[in-house]
Amino acid sequence: MSISKIYLSDIRVRAERVKDKKAAIGPDIDLSRYSEHIERGRIENLEGLSRQAKEAAVMAGIDVKEEVRSGSYIQVDHSVVYERINKAYEGKLEIMSTTEALSKYDWLEEYYWRVIPVDQDKYTAQAELNMTHGYFIRVFPHQKPEYPVQACLLVAGNYISQNVHNIIIVEEGAELQVITGCTLAKRDAEGVHIGISEFFVKKGGKLFFTMIHSWADNFHVRPRTGAIVEEDGAFFSNYVLLKPVKSLQMFPAAYLKGDRSSAKFNTILYGLKDSYIDVGSRIVLEGEDTRGESTARAIAADESVIYSRGDLIAKTRGYCLAHLDCRGILFSNKAKIYAIPQLVSDGAIKAELSHEASIGPIAEEQVEYLMSRGISREDAVSVITSGFLNLDIPFIPEFLDRNIKEVIKATAKEAL
Amino acid sequence: MQEMLRVEDLWVSVDERQILKGVNLSINYGEVLVLFGPNGAGKTSFIMTLMGFPKYAVEQGRIYFKGEDITNKDVYERAQLGMGVSFQRPPTVRGVTLRKIIEIISDGRINKEGFVEYAERLNLSGHLDRGLNDGFSGGEIKRSELLQLMVQRPDMVLIDEPESGVDLENITLVGEAINMLLGKDKVKDPKRSAIIITHTGYILDYVNADKGYIIFEGKLICGGNPRDILSEIKRHGYRGCAECR
Repeated sequence: MSISKIYLSDIRVRAERVKDKKAAIGPDIDLSRYSEHIERGRIENLEGLSRQAKEAAVMAGIDVKEEVRSGSYIQVDHSVVYERINKAYEGKLEIMSTTEALSKYDWLEEYYWRVIPVDQDKYTAQAELNMTHGYFIRVFPHQKPEYPVQACLLVAGNYISQNVHNIIIVEEGAELQVITGCTLAKRDAEGVHIGISEFFVKKGGKLFFTMIHSWADNFHVRPRTGAIVEEDGAFFSNYVLLKPVKSLQMFPAAYLKGDRSSAKFNTILYGLKDSYIDVGSRIVLEGEDTRGESTARAIAADESVIYSRGDLIAKTRGYCLAHLDCRGILFSNKAKIYAIPQLVSDGAIKAELSHEASIGPIAEEQVEYLMSRGISREDAVSVITSGFLNLDIPFIPEFLDRNIKEVIKATAKEAL
Repeated sequence: MQEMLRVEDLWVSVDERQILKGVNLSINYGEVLVLFGPNGAGKTSFIMTLMGFPKYAVEQGRIYFKGEDITNKDVYERAQLGMGVSFQRPPTVRGVTLRKIIEIISDGRINKEGFVEYAERLNLSGHLDRGLNDGFSGGEIKRSELLQLMVQRPDMVLIDEPESGVDLENITLVGEAINMLLGKDKVKDPKRSAIIITHTGYILDYVNADKGYIIFEGKLICGGNPRDILSEIKRHGYRGCAECR
């Protein structure tokens, strides 16, 4: 049974009201430029993707052989082209498009637009008024699939606005790893990707979420992400951007509602060409004995601009502990980094919040130290940069890992 | 014996301050030299200059390594030629693990089992996946430096104050590690030479050195048997040694 028409009607009205409302931060996008609608046919397996699409998917962390994945969800432009659960995990989790889930489960009303306000800005409005699927992933109580679920949101066409709404539910005592790759099949594509992601981690559950973005020079991106974490639950988020983007603005938030819940954000930003990147993370500590940690590493090369934000907001009357670590390196005298950490204690008299933020070059002393071990200057800078970015992310395919290091090596060389 | 390193009339300054004032020295293949000296005498500056760190400006003189003039070569080139250094206070490199660096240094020369065995012998197995020197104690830093050199396998090893900041228990381990590095726990490696800087001389209880020198106010004085020199320093102090020369 689908969710109630009254609820849907109400959120649509709210969306209509803000369809021209600019976002609080980030450059404004004229969404009317991106009105093409492109449907794609289904595929039997991931080898069925076009060569370009397959290469792009791999670069966004997708394992096309699906050997070390518990399931897959692939969307190209405005169509869901593939969804599958590996046999070993059937009955442990479910994967489908959010559109299908909304028509199947009336209880989804308790989750749909419950973390992100539909009337936040024109992008949330667009995602509701012109929704083009997105994934729904639910892991059943106490199930802990060994391998991650992978989701790929691919744009192959031009002048489209891909408006997805993703929902992940980790039921009580369950654990789930998700790798999402969002990317373009054509490097010269022009368009916009709007991604609403609402995550729910139930009592004692754990969600390890990795998002790899691989965009290009003429593409705008506006994700809106929020997670609600119940008691003893944990939310881990890795975000990686290593390709140019026209503009990207997002500020994902984790709401630690339950006592003893925790959240950890690890953000890696590599600004190339004239990318405009405004990325933050927000942890709201509402339960007692909650813990938060946010780490951001930004490298700005070429003429890129990076805003690296972080908010820690304590609201609990009990104890809570959170730390923000935000560091940047500039590789070019035409690039810019803004590091903006913010700590807020809202009546939380026992809260311990701290932050460290720094922007500086790679220490010459470190480079010379590695050179004295017989490592060339170029390799030393590359190794230190990789270490700085903290790229040790589980389940990233080796090919992607190698490519990331090549990008670093090429850019680091230019910076010398 | 064939000469490995020759230093001729070396004058070095750091930030416009004269540190070394005409140092002459020669080390043969397989020879181990100990360099004594008070704080600020120029000991560390000397080996950092030999290694080619740009902060140490050579104003006059030449350095020859294995017959080649290396005075104008950079740190990397000197390491490639076979020089290696154990720092007294190396920088912390967060995010880069000790294991990663060892893998890069070894460049396939030593397999994984090989360096894990070295790490075990140096009681550093638990440190392989930690950031390089990140939160390492004094003894751990020294052992980590020596582990890296074991993998790097330089012909000329420069060791800066191996006993400083190390407790008694660790000094034994550090001494054994230096012997291992120099091949002195087995049949002596006829090729590997070393310069070891010491402030206290404790390291002589563990390492058999061939020659000793005192460096004082930027000049080398009193060359000879390292144990005799240490006795003289204990009896007369560094200034006394300098005045009787």
